[in-house]
Amino acid sequence: MTALAGFIEGVGLLGPGIASWQADAPVLAGDSPWSGARTVIPALTCLPGAERRRTGVPVRIAITAGLEAALGAGRDAAALPAIFTSSGGDGQNLHEICIALAAGERQLSPTRFHNSVHNAPSGYWGIATGATPASNALCAYDASFGAGLLEALTQMHIEQRAVLLVAYDAPYPEPLHSTRPIPDAFAVALVLAPARNQAALARLEVRLSDACADELADARLEALRRAIPAARSLPLLAALAQRRSGTVTLDYRTPRTLSVEMQTWA
Amino acid sequence: MTLKVSAFTATSCIGRGTQAMLATLRAQRTGLAPCPSVPYGLDTYVGEVPGVDAVQLPRELADFDCRNNRLAYMGLQQDGFAARVGDCLARLGPARVGVFLGTSTSGILETEQAFAARDAHSGALPSWFHYAGAHSTYSVAAFTLRALGIEGPAAVISSACSSSAKVFASAQRAIAAGLIDAAVVGGVDSLCLTTLHGFNSLQLVSVKPVRPFDVARDGLSIGEAAAFALLERAEASPASQALLLLGSGESSDAHHMSAPHPEGRGAREAMQRALKAAGLDPGRIDYINLHGTGTPSNDEAEARAVHAVLGDVPGSSTKGATGHTLGAAGALEAVICLLALREGLMPAGVNTTQLDPALEVNYVLQNRAAALQCVMSNSFGFGGSNCSLVFARG
Repeated sequence: MTALAGFIEGVGLLGPGIASWQADAPVLAGDSPWSGARTVIPALTCLPGAERRRTGVPVRIAITAGLEAALGAGRDAAALPAIFTSSGGDGQNLHEICIALAAGERQLSPTRFHNSVHNAPSGYWGIATGATPASNALCAYDASFGAGLLEALTQMHIEQRAVLLVAYDAPYPEPLHSTRPIPDAFAVALVLAPARNQAALARLEVRLSDACADELADARLEALRRAIPAARSLPLLAALAQRRSGTVTLDYRTPRTLSVEMQTWA
Repeated sequence: MTLKVSAFTATSCIGRGTQAMLATLRAQRTGLAPCPSVPYGLDTYVGEVPGVDAVQLPRELADFDCRNNRLAYMGLQQDGFAARVGDCLARLGPARVGVFLGTSTSGILETEQAFAARDAHSGALPSWFHYAGAHSTYSVAAFTLRALGIEGPAAVISSACSSSAKVFASAQRAIAAGLIDAAVVGGVDSLCLTTLHGFNSLQLVSVKPVRPFDVARDGLSIGEAAAFALLERAEASPASQALLLLGSGESSDAHHMSAPHPEGRGAREAMQRALKAAGLDPGRIDYINLHGTGTPSNDEAEARAVHAVLGDVPGSSTKGATGHTLGAAGALEAVICLLALREGLMPAGVNTTQLDPALEVNYVLQNRAAALQCVMSNSFGFGGSNCSLVFARG
């Protein structure tokens, strides 16, 4: 099949034991130990006070990762088309709505309702950054990262401009947690561009594959990769952190995978 | 890249399949009816599709059972759509065909019911609750892949009420980039408590059937629908009866989560980008299917944007007939645009009796026969997500 090629210019990352790509890329490189501590949910200083108080975990982690990637790429966040992808969205907010409805309450909180849309991070991203280009909100269950990567690369390729991909997941409270046990919050963002510039960290070439997805050497990080759909990106991030060139295979929709030909440089 | 719409279908409160739908449009009737108090409990009108609860999914699709996927299944059986997709798969191979569907709430009705049936002691959800097959936002795409035997890339786009317009844009890019050769696109959304009471909490739901662009408009009516289209590369010189997707335009308001930009800035940008992608001057658009939700703020902002971009192009909102089908609205109204092109019909906006004189919109109040060459459809959603599509005859 046709390969989709582009350059990674910036990375944003947030998850258990990972404060940011900037701070913790050495953990993924295997150069420093992974604490495994619960994800620290950042406050958003880029939103007006009223909006800031209304945001849930997915909005906070998605925007934080997106801003880190744009900053790393040296790109104006407001100028980037954005592709948000998540396997589930805001589980806590959904839980509160379902509890209220089950109790016979009919007057839902208007804020809870507008925060319940799957594109809430995309909407708040626009409010926070002033970005008016196209912004997408995808879901593909466990394949959400791969679906977002394909969407981002096709959009980048067709429009011949840099785009921002943000994949994120957040845990559900019980009783939904038992049916969808996502253990913690995780967000990854990539600025992808069609041509190489000074900010470029790697070239990647993506195609659909039937090979087995790569696993991570660290057993605990491998467990994280398997438990959180957005963390299926970790083999790519590890290769990037190690500045390792070669083929990385990422989970997509079982049994299909995505083969990523990586060329990195110092 | 211009795409050919090689098959399409829709099921909503105005008809199961395009033939029934066209008959309702020609009769200028609404499909809206008083909202059943059980289970919804809201004094309003809704566009409910009859018979959805009676649909039985084939045994091999039982894991996907929920009202939303039953509606999807009902929709796929109309207009010979599933068979047309089968022909396409035989021609191109199942791995070269993608699926891009829009939904806002997927199978959340069953999640609401599962919460009401929690175990009194443990709080656990009942064993019939299926996260992946029903609740997951993606479930309708997973269901459609399986139901049609498609093996290519798939995603759900869930950007509230622009969802199933944006799927046309994503499919167009994926085909142009060579990732796939054809795509099933569409939207499926079904009635649930969350949207009815959620929109009501924002004071956006009318107690009467919605009256878009009317001086007395006071909110929307919610509907449900399943609408699908099969998109493929167009021939270099398509036949004159061919129906084409010429271009799409997407934008973000960057303004507010649940209110449109008052000047319709994002709407304007989406329409301008769609025209640019289609390579058309504004004067080439013969009819516009408006987003026209019937809320005071949407119709005002949209009228400004349309007037700024397209002048006094004739337009109507078909939500007076169908209700606002949310994540299915983009695809449902795309199908209405395709019927309008094929039949040479500008469908009237029903329920509206007295146009708001403050809105500069050339609103079609009676069906008009007209040879339409190019038409546009607008879809806007919460989070300031906008998408405009341009369809044409060959």
